[in-house]
Amino acid sequence: MTDHDHHDHDHHDHEHAHAPPQPDDKVHSYYQILGIALKELLIEKGVVSADEVRRQIEHRDSITPANGSLVVAKAWADPAFRQRLLADGNAAVAELGFHMTTTKLVAVENKPDEHNVVVCTLCSCYPRDLLGLPPSWYKSRAYRARVVREPRAVLAEFGTHIADDVALRVHDSTADMRFLVVPMRPAGTEAMSEAELAALVTRDSMIGVSLPDQPGH
Amino acid sequence: MTRFSPGEQVRVRDDYPPGHIRTPVYLRGKTGEVDRYFGEFANAEIAAYGLPGPRKGVYKVRFRAIDLWSDYAGPARDVIEADIYEHWLEKTA
Repeated sequence: MTDHDHHDHDHHDHEHAHAPPQPDDKVHSYYQILGIALKELLIEKGVVSADEVRRQIEHRDSITPANGSLVVAKAWADPAFRQRLLADGNAAVAELGFHMTTTKLVAVENKPDEHNVVVCTLCSCYPRDLLGLPPSWYKSRAYRARVVREPRAVLAEFGTHIADDVALRVHDSTADMRFLVVPMRPAGTEAMSEAELAALVTRDSMIGVSLPDQPGH
Repeated sequence: MTRFSPGEQVRVRDDYPPGHIRTPVYLRGKTGEVDRYFGEFANAEIAAYGLPGPRKGVYKVRFRAIDLWSDYAGPARDVIEADIYEHWLEKTA
């Protein structure tokens, strides 16, 4: 026990020069200010309304990786759907009610001798229409620069170790294609329903930095 | 009729023009193999400025990691693939 643990400790030995940080305390960068100014001008000039902007943000936030999990689970359970997904991603996910708006969804399948991982080295291209917003690490300079340079080391940092006899395919999203990794279906899942399978398909496994969960975990 | 076919060797132009270019610098001047043709898309180099212009063919091109990085630590079978606009590709032979 030290004096600091005394219940009646009066705190006067600490000088708090600043109020504790608040979640909305932040310094905006040049481009964030530019973005805010542009939004305010568009609203002021009546090009878009504040409500339309809000609705769009709400819509974007409503899209989650669970959509992609359903697509992958169906591809695991239904070989014909899997073929349609590989041939035309947009048409296949539309069967499940998911709509790619301006980009082309390209599904890439992991195989016993091939593992796929996705990046956008130039910015942050990601199948947002299907999976929602990308994780912050996906947009980091470290991930973007390193996954094309030393992909196996990056995957190892995610806890994913790819054997040397498995080819690694890194997909750099440089144009209008958005890549969805279809992981391999885990062993021991033969009796599972599509809904049960979908619960195994994590966001990161659809980016390719990890493998799907194993049943029973 | 597309200019390049799957399996064909192509070289990315070793060129550094100003502007919004979506051909990554790490691939410029590098040789790879056409994986597939995706069709024609708006040319981001022009569309980025809100200007009209002809659509451009886009190919998925596969590069061996050991051809991109002389000190690549992984197996020779590892590849990096990127989507490259047709006007950035040239024949190797």
